[in-house]
Amino acid sequence: MTSKKYILGVFNDEDVLLNAIEQTRAAGTKIYDVFSPYPIHGIDDVLGIQRSRLPIVAFFCGLCGTSFALWMQIYMLGFDWPMIIGGKPHIALPSFIPVTFELTVLCAAFGMVITFFIISGLRPTLKVPVLDVRSTDDKYVMAIELKEGTDINKLNDLLRSHGAIEVNEKEVVK
Amino acid sequence: MITEERLNIPARATKRFFFMIAIGLILLAVGLVIAANSSGGHGEGHGEAAAAGHHAAGWGQRLLANLWMNNVYFTGISVVGILWVSIQYVAYAGWSASIKRIPEALGSYILVGGIVMVLVFLLPILFTGHNTLFHWTDHSVHEVGNPNYDPIIVGKSGYLNVTFYVIRMVAYFTLWFLFFKWLRRESISEDLNGGLDHYNKSIRLGATFLVIFGVTSSMSAWDWVLSIDTHWFSTMFGWYVFASWWVSGLAAITLTIIILKQMGYLTMVTSNHLHDLGKFIFGFSIFWTYIWFSQFMLYWYANIPEEVIYFQERLGGNNNHYTWIFFFNLLINFAFPFLVLMTRDAKRQMLILKIVCIAILIGHWFDFYMMIMPGTMGGESGFGLIEIGTALTFLGIFLLRYTKELSKASLVPVNHPFLEESVHHHV
Repeated sequence: MTSKKYILGVFNDEDVLLNAIEQTRAAGTKIYDVFSPYPIHGIDDVLGIQRSRLPIVAFFCGLCGTSFALWMQIYMLGFDWPMIIGGKPHIALPSFIPVTFELTVLCAAFGMVITFFIISGLRPTLKVPVLDVRSTDDKYVMAIELKEGTDINKLNDLLRSHGAIEVNEKEVVK
Repeated sequence: MITEERLNIPARATKRFFFMIAIGLILLAVGLVIAANSSGGHGEGHGEAAAAGHHAAGWGQRLLANLWMNNVYFTGISVVGILWVSIQYVAYAGWSASIKRIPEALGSYILVGGIVMVLVFLLPILFTGHNTLFHWTDHSVHEVGNPNYDPIIVGKSGYLNVTFYVIRMVAYFTLWFLFFKWLRRESISEDLNGGLDHYNKSIRLGATFLVIFGVTSSMSAWDWVLSIDTHWFSTMFGWYVFASWWVSGLAAITLTIIILKQMGYLTMVTSNHLHDLGKFIFGFSIFWTYIWFSQFMLYWYANIPEEVIYFQERLGGNNNHYTWIFFFNLLINFAFPFLVLMTRDAKRQMLILKIVCIAILIGHWFDFYMMIMPGTMGGESGFGLIEIGTALTFLGIFLLRYTKELSKASLVPVNHPFLEESVHHHV
């Protein structure tokens, strides 16, 4: 049983929150996460979240799909069980393209979704501690992990000076 | 406060365009003289061949085919500008407000395009009785008992006859030109008066134009391109020509925006706008390929003689005359933009986007070459002084009209209701 303590700054307004994030990070404090009822435009940049590398996964999964589809059709129709269809050569590339296209899309899409679930750890047994239920309603919550030796008063002042309406402390048992 | 931004076309640029036209005309003239002399040398040989029923295309035919092809290409780019603006209005798009003056000005070529097209079609008919670009304009084809009598063409003569053809051509250009003028007028009076009236009226105009263009784009493609191969038919052809026009229009719009930005104009256009334009180009390059391939594969697979002849002429036929363009076409219009514009960073960088735009504009010029040349020139089409000269002349005229129209109004539609949204556009 480990427990972690968080300092929660509660905000009323999206713009105030964005400004507060910037100021807090400028002051050298590491933000654990920010919770909001809806996606806030531009928050990724402010929080300094790196761009997702999911497109790279998509590209290589798509490439796998393309190669698999081409290999499958060329092997099956060209070598394993050659058949003459419509007087075309055994390996008739144009007629392979629709299947190749579909498998490329399928593999890219499935690959992306599966990778996303694995990387983000989303699974049915996942328990997500809700730090403040109001972040699902009309408040924005900025969580800062409390480590040993952190000055709570200083954090409190910092958050309040940038517009937090409340500053709470919350312990989460994992 | 957003202020007006006027484009100042330096006299140097205008001079350069005139110079381009002059060079083009000189190259064209030299090319024609060379072609006329060389075919004159073979005159007797060709005479025998012609007597044996072999059709030889001369320099006149080559000139006509080039004029026709370039005019269809530039007219398409021009009308796509109006279509683009209409779509943005109908979709209530906000992001594009700050760049809408660029596609709006593209329409300026329509009038010239219309005049050139009517002349290129009608003058040969007035002087020689039939236009050699279009087999169906030949009288002997319609006369029962004539050795040239062609029941298939006669069956199509209800639609393909000179009078109806000219009426249709004039109708397309009139409609397109009127909508260009009306949308432009609303847009410019919005600058002066503000308010939402002009915006709402533009939406109604745009919606009407979408319906009209939906019909006229397909019909003009049948008339201007498909009817060259009179016997052949394809139900996808309207879409195919439209896709080619649309993606080259998108490339032209994006290229203009990048060039203007590099000249210091359009300060509120950011990499976010370029990103969206890049997505447009990326997506519609694939769309064009999809249409192209759907048409090709069905005909290739079915292998019915009257259908597959079109692709035989282009791939393998005519002594492999067109084979390299056939593959070059796919490479530059699909593989290149697909692979290069795939990443987000590429779409947001002016240099890469610029290279892709230029490649697509060249690529789709060759696409139209592939559509028009085999049917008109057979295996004797060339790529030399005549082709380059005609293309340069048309490009020069197009740029003169386009830049003049761009400089007529502020580059920023100052009273557009969505301008603020466009400034803050972020993807």
